[in-house]
Amino acid sequence: MSAIIEEHHHDDHHHGPAKGLMRWVFTTNHKDIGTLYLWFSFAMFLLGGTFALVIRAELFQPGLQLVEPAFFNQMTTMHGLIMVFGAVMPAFVGLANWLVPMMIGAPDMALPRMNNYSFWILPFAFTMLASTLFMEGGGPNFGWTFYAPLSTDFAPPSVTYFIFAVHLMGISSIMGSINVVVTILNLRAPGMTLMQMPLFVWTWLITAYLLIAVMPVLAGVVTMMLMDIHFGTAFFNAGGGGDPVLFQHVFWFFGHPEVYIMILPAFGVVSAIIPTFARKRLFGYASMVYATSSIAFLSFIVWAHHMFTVGMPLAGELYFMYATMLIAVPTGVKVFNWVATMWQGSMTFETPMLFAIAFVILFTIGGLSGLMLSIAPADFQYQDTYFVVAHFHYVLVPGSIFSIMAAVYYWLPKWTGNMYDETLGKTHFWLSFVGVNVTFFPQHFIGLAGMPRRIPDYALQFADYNMVSSVGAFLFGFSQLLFLFIVIKCIKTGKKATAQVWEGAHGLEWTIPSPAPYHTFSHPDEVDLKEAHG
Amino acid sequence: MANDATYESYYVPTDSKLPIFASLGIFLTVFGMGNMLNEMKAGVDSSFGSWVLLIGGLVLAATLFVWFSKVIEENHAKLYSDQMNRSYVWGMSWFIFSEVMFFGAFFGALFYVRFFVVPWLGGEGNRVPSDYLFYPDFVGAWPMVDTPDPTRFPGAIEPMGWYGLPLVNTLLLVTSSFTVTLAHHGLNEGNRRKLVGWLALTVGLGIAFLICQVLEYQHAYAELGLTLTAGIYGTTFFMLTGFHGAHVTLGTFMLLVMLFRAMKGHFKPDDCFGFEAAAWYWHFVDVVWLGLFLFIYILGS
Repeated sequence: MSAIIEEHHHDDHHHGPAKGLMRWVFTTNHKDIGTLYLWFSFAMFLLGGTFALVIRAELFQPGLQLVEPAFFNQMTTMHGLIMVFGAVMPAFVGLANWLVPMMIGAPDMALPRMNNYSFWILPFAFTMLASTLFMEGGGPNFGWTFYAPLSTDFAPPSVTYFIFAVHLMGISSIMGSINVVVTILNLRAPGMTLMQMPLFVWTWLITAYLLIAVMPVLAGVVTMMLMDIHFGTAFFNAGGGGDPVLFQHVFWFFGHPEVYIMILPAFGVVSAIIPTFARKRLFGYASMVYATSSIAFLSFIVWAHHMFTVGMPLAGELYFMYATMLIAVPTGVKVFNWVATMWQGSMTFETPMLFAIAFVILFTIGGLSGLMLSIAPADFQYQDTYFVVAHFHYVLVPGSIFSIMAAVYYWLPKWTGNMYDETLGKTHFWLSFVGVNVTFFPQHFIGLAGMPRRIPDYALQFADYNMVSSVGAFLFGFSQLLFLFIVIKCIKTGKKATAQVWEGAHGLEWTIPSPAPYHTFSHPDEVDLKEAHG
Repeated sequence: MANDATYESYYVPTDSKLPIFASLGIFLTVFGMGNMLNEMKAGVDSSFGSWVLLIGGLVLAATLFVWFSKVIEENHAKLYSDQMNRSYVWGMSWFIFSEVMFFGAFFGALFYVRFFVVPWLGGEGNRVPSDYLFYPDFVGAWPMVDTPDPTRFPGAIEPMGWYGLPLVNTLLLVTSSFTVTLAHHGLNEGNRRKLVGWLALTVGLGIAFLICQVLEYQHAYAELGLTLTAGIYGTTFFMLTGFHGAHVTLGTFMLLVMLFRAMKGHFKPDDCFGFEAAAWYWHFVDVVWLGLFLFIYILGS
């Protein structure tokens, strides 16, 4: 195998990486672009994390200590926007870029120049978004969900730049997703059927479909805002016959699938890692595919469970409540399958596996609090409290972000050719694990006790848990510097990795040398389909 | 390498300067536009934003021109296999799907307003008390000619009818869908005169549609008092038809480019992705119009 790859590698129409900084600006190589996405995402993770620490520092004690309420609002808004659109989504796109072509035996992404375009729009978009913080009137201060009329009639002037930044992100996401879908549908190695694809590829196929379906709706809703703000239309103004609630419907029609966009690739990552370290095949591959598809379908018809308290007709409340509860079924199938995969496996607990197991447990906690929130009458109490904050941080931080970290540790030897430092990796895991739980678990209690979200001050009875939460946040935040150190160390030095890297790893990406050559699978006959999926 | 013929090698372009210029172009475009809008709203009059917008638009347009030219060049150099062409076909199909969803957001807004918001504002349903307190005199009706708050949203004198210009426009677009198909037949038969003739007629019909739409808007503003700021009826009317008009403009431009390419003899029956993509886009625009004609004009007036 590897001999053939070496031979093709010197074909005249294949080039190694260009020299210098311009390599990264002009590149059309899926591995380079994947790397760019991942580093960009990490930079945004630190920026958004810094905003989170400003929030937690202010909430360390009751009363106003560090920041003005107006600035606090900008921090909660920008933290959410940066983390969702700048950290989590680009990280998964980066993983897709690196892994999808290698997993399906494709030479690159289907549309490599557009791939570069998708990435390089993002730094411009986020520079523009972040620069709003320095503008007159401050940055966006209406929460990451930017509900009208707070984001239209009462917004600072910088909202215009926010709207255009969202447009740019949307264009980037749509082009990136079209690339992923086309790559998967058209560039699979000869003989690889859809039901032979690794689950990570499946989950990304479905995620990309969701992105193409809902990012245009997000573009639509911010365009309506733009028109209301600058051209006197009446979309979100009852005086003209519109309705602020219309904003919420359109936004959440995007927003709920968006939630799954941030978790389905995580399911794919975990479904790759657990079989490797349990040394068993994934339990229930086909049911995983159908469960993922069902979740994607259901994501389109449950959006108004985010809006139980706006005054919907009773029939709407009931419908959205029951439809939401349905999601627990396919999700339960997935959790069951992961546990069944581990059952009686010869398990070892390297860092990726630790993150993956923590994902299964903590994501399930987040899922269960989600089930609590789906009960409309109960949600009337939970709405806009820290219970909601605890819920979605449990699915996003030890959910999405833990899976991204698991993926980085799992595939880093393939990317760099070196093993990471296992001791430091495990240290990073335990610090993150403790940090995340100390931060977010107490927020369930203060939420149930009635502490509202997005408020810089709080009643004295919430003081203790807030203090605990803030300590946890700083622990989690600073632990990520260790992550940065581990990754850099692994790039520079470390025990050489073998092609297979992990004893129990299966899949095409483990048949090529580590580090992966600049061009892989340039010719379809190089693929050994027996290794196609784990 | 005996089995060379059994697979196709996939052309992966080398490094390209195009995307970064396209990124810069699109960034300057939106940044300039944002700056311009904010200054307009604040009543400041420096032309900084409009210059940035102009430069950005030019950079973007020039980059896309070079980009598309390069793709055509690569195609002529036979770098693309059938598999590669399938990537373009898939890519265009998914792009059109994303456009469908974009229009879906605005159609969704229209339906929500029409079937929920307006009756509620008029006093139906479970929101009676608040709506009654705010706008006691308002009677819910569609098309909404009188708004709940006429001081801010003046409302219209009369709604737009479906008879007349909208009907003419429907006939123009439906006809153009047939003519573009006839052009496609000409292409398949290798008959360039037939291709160019029907394609030129299609472009002409597209331009005629746009002229009619301008006349219709003038009629709306001058005689019906129907404006963008008239309230939700004007909002949905102009936003939906306006975005559709923008798409007709883009589609006409795409077909015009394909017309020039057809005259140069770029297309062969088995090598005409550019033409087909433009034709699919045109059919999509046509279908959206039928939706508009039904929901905005016939059922909306």
